[in-house]
Amino acid sequence: MPKIIVDGIEIDCPAFWTILDATNFIGINIPTLCYHKGLSLWGGCRLCIVEIREGDNTKFVSSCTFPVQEGLFIRTASQKVIKARKMILELLIAQNPTSKVLQDLASKIGLRKIRFKPKWENCIYCGLCVRICEEQMMANAIGFINRGDKLKITTPFDKNSEDCRRCGGCMYICPACTLRCEGPHPESVLCNGCYNILQPTCLELYENYSCWMGLKGECGTCVNLKKNEEID
Amino acid sequence: MIKLHSINEYEELSKKFNGSKNSNTHIISISSGTCGHASGSIELEEALKQAVKGYEDQIGLKSTGCHGFCAAEPNVIILPEKIFYKNLKPEDAPYIIQSILNGEILDNLVINENGIKYPYIHEIPFYKLQRRILTASNIVIDPQNIEDYIAIGGYKGLIKALRMQPKEIIEEIKKSGLRGRGGAGFPTGIKWEIASNQKSDIKFIICNADEGDPGAYMDRNLLEANPQLIIEGMIIGAYAIGANRGWVYVRDEYPLAVKTITINVNNAREMGFLGKNILNSGFDFDIEITRGAGAFVCGEETALIHSIEGKRGNPSQRPPFPAEKGLFGKPTNINNVETWANIPKIIEKGAKWYANIGTERSKGTKIFSLVGNVKNTGLVEVPMGITIDEVVFDIGSGALNGKKIKAIQTGGPSGGCIPLEHFHLPIDYESLKKAGSIMGSGGMIVMDEDTCMVDFARYFINFLQGESCGKCSSCREGTQRMFEILTDITEGKADEESIELLEELAYIIKATSLCGLGQTAPNPVLSTLKYFREEYIAHIKDKKCPAGVCRALLTYKINPENCTGCGVCKINCPEGAIIGEPKQPHIIDQNKCIKCGFCQDNCKFDSIICEI
Repeated sequence: MPKIIVDGIEIDCPAFWTILDATNFIGINIPTLCYHKGLSLWGGCRLCIVEIREGDNTKFVSSCTFPVQEGLFIRTASQKVIKARKMILELLIAQNPTSKVLQDLASKIGLRKIRFKPKWENCIYCGLCVRICEEQMMANAIGFINRGDKLKITTPFDKNSEDCRRCGGCMYICPACTLRCEGPHPESVLCNGCYNILQPTCLELYENYSCWMGLKGECGTCVNLKKNEEID
Repeated sequence: MIKLHSINEYEELSKKFNGSKNSNTHIISISSGTCGHASGSIELEEALKQAVKGYEDQIGLKSTGCHGFCAAEPNVIILPEKIFYKNLKPEDAPYIIQSILNGEILDNLVINENGIKYPYIHEIPFYKLQRRILTASNIVIDPQNIEDYIAIGGYKGLIKALRMQPKEIIEEIKKSGLRGRGGAGFPTGIKWEIASNQKSDIKFIICNADEGDPGAYMDRNLLEANPQLIIEGMIIGAYAIGANRGWVYVRDEYPLAVKTITINVNNAREMGFLGKNILNSGFDFDIEITRGAGAFVCGEETALIHSIEGKRGNPSQRPPFPAEKGLFGKPTNINNVETWANIPKIIEKGAKWYANIGTERSKGTKIFSLVGNVKNTGLVEVPMGITIDEVVFDIGSGALNGKKIKAIQTGGPSGGCIPLEHFHLPIDYESLKKAGSIMGSGGMIVMDEDTCMVDFARYFINFLQGESCGKCSSCREGTQRMFEILTDITEGKADEESIELLEELAYIIKATSLCGLGQTAPNPVLSTLKYFREEYIAHIKDKKCPAGVCRALLTYKINPENCTGCGVCKINCPEGAIIGEPKQPHIIDQNKCIKCGFCQDNCKFDSIICEI
């Protein structure tokens, strides 16, 4: 069983797990959007990114698709991760401001401002509907067409599909078009009506009291000021 | 065509080819790749065929792949003297035939640089400074004819490889220091070792010929001019890895390349180089051709695999790497066209010979397509470690029309630009990366002072936002937003916060994207921001485009001294922005002007001034 370190916590986990399985197991909350337990892995929304160590550097990977490996060192809530996650959510909300799922996520991770012009689209191309149609409903009635800025999810040739049984699985699973957030101010791009507490993040510098993990900087993810002073 | 059943039979055949000299004393080799066709080589060939009638015993014609010198297309090389004639027209054909019969050189058709004439190919500066290992034989091979390839010693590498153990071949490739030519520069030997160590009965190899970078065409050139070299490389690779099936994934926008590689795979099969029990070695291998539908992202290996499987060309997360779980779930080794083409040469001449070329960490030669605002455009094959200066100024002969060169873009849309002051840098994987660009597949676009760097970045981001597969949100939305911000900047609508937002967005797209396309997509923005930030600021603060490219930031004015009041500009203005009485100097209403420039084009008195 590979041993991995998540935010300073060591766990032995089965080799077939992904990082997200491991973090769920120990109760660390990573926001996800295109991930669903009953469907195949996609890794498209990039909200579940975590930072892993690679040589002397770190890199971002999507935790829902990345398999655990021996000695993997993971930070799920470093400043860099939170910043990147906010930017990705900002991009998604600017695309589709009316999704309640996205607005709730924004409240949860503390997104306060959208700097892009809203597009007021209805789809965020997370691919959940395509996957549920193919994998659970065995219908294969919808799919992606085109690419880049012309990407669309639709039936073949944009016509009524004979394969579609009107089961509504796609609508059931959609995080964007089904649950609408009208918000306190319908005209504002960001709602923040359900604002609750901020997700804690790691500190770049270690202080005695502020380590939310209660580890006093022992996990090695932040710079220990005191240790540096001693060296000086 | 005879089928070869053993190595001995091959050796007899190659001896026969070497012994029998061509019956013609002279051969005219016509550069007839796609680029040649576009500039009229088909008409030239017809004219030469007509002109050569009656002299067939002395002069033979050979239609070969591209000779590499695109600025001189259509061109011919007279063999065996190697006289190079450039920019030919069908009318020149009789003169060429006559000159060969008389043993003369036509002075008006040879390369002329700064008043000096260079009739022979080895004297021309464009060719002289190159080291042509892969492309040198292009001028003597008829790409439809496998015998031409065997006559120049083709398949010697395969014969040598079949006498070696697979492990020895991999060791040899590792020793040679060959790195992937597709862009990332992963050591080929190590890649092969990983694939060969996989425990699986079925393994596959793929040749990635989905070359999509704007302004890069070295893979097409190899496919069109010397396809047997690639096939030989693939057979050696398959033998080393233990694969029995291979694919060539070639984009359908290269019709001539698809045609040539298909004919050549069939020829190789007929000759016995592909199929069951190759040359009695007990090794089976065959190649299939898959045509790509033109998505840039399908050059990414996981997307390419999905595309061959018949699925949508979306990349997926690595690990698992294709070497572990690739095509149809089996270990798969993917290499670029140019990487495969290097293999036969390495095996034939030895790793030591190959490792002598290049720098410490980047070995061998690399083909670059030198395009843009440079005099000698074309494909240049240079040893690694040559400086950008040498490529642009010595081989490329500097800028067109005496302009000043400003920067060079390497690595296609995913690469970055390198400004003139860094042209002393050697071309290898590490130093280009350090300068904020990448080697990429080898596109080199030279830009002169008339290029606006913001507009340039916008062009590439526009390409990428259309070519992103759309799977991951950071790449799909991120590139679209970068394009939006860059468009705002070029139209003078952006504020100072835009640069910060653009930079922040670029770094996050780079870090969080799923595949190589997204991870390198912000490079054009980041490198121009690094070296040409002042141009961005000029667009935003002063609302001026220093290069005079961004139309929205130009101001058109009428010089009252020159204006005769003829009214032509008034008639041609689509917005009705020009006001004035007949025979009186006119004025442009700046609020209505859309800067289309019609007035300037139509003014006979040069009275319309465009202010930058």
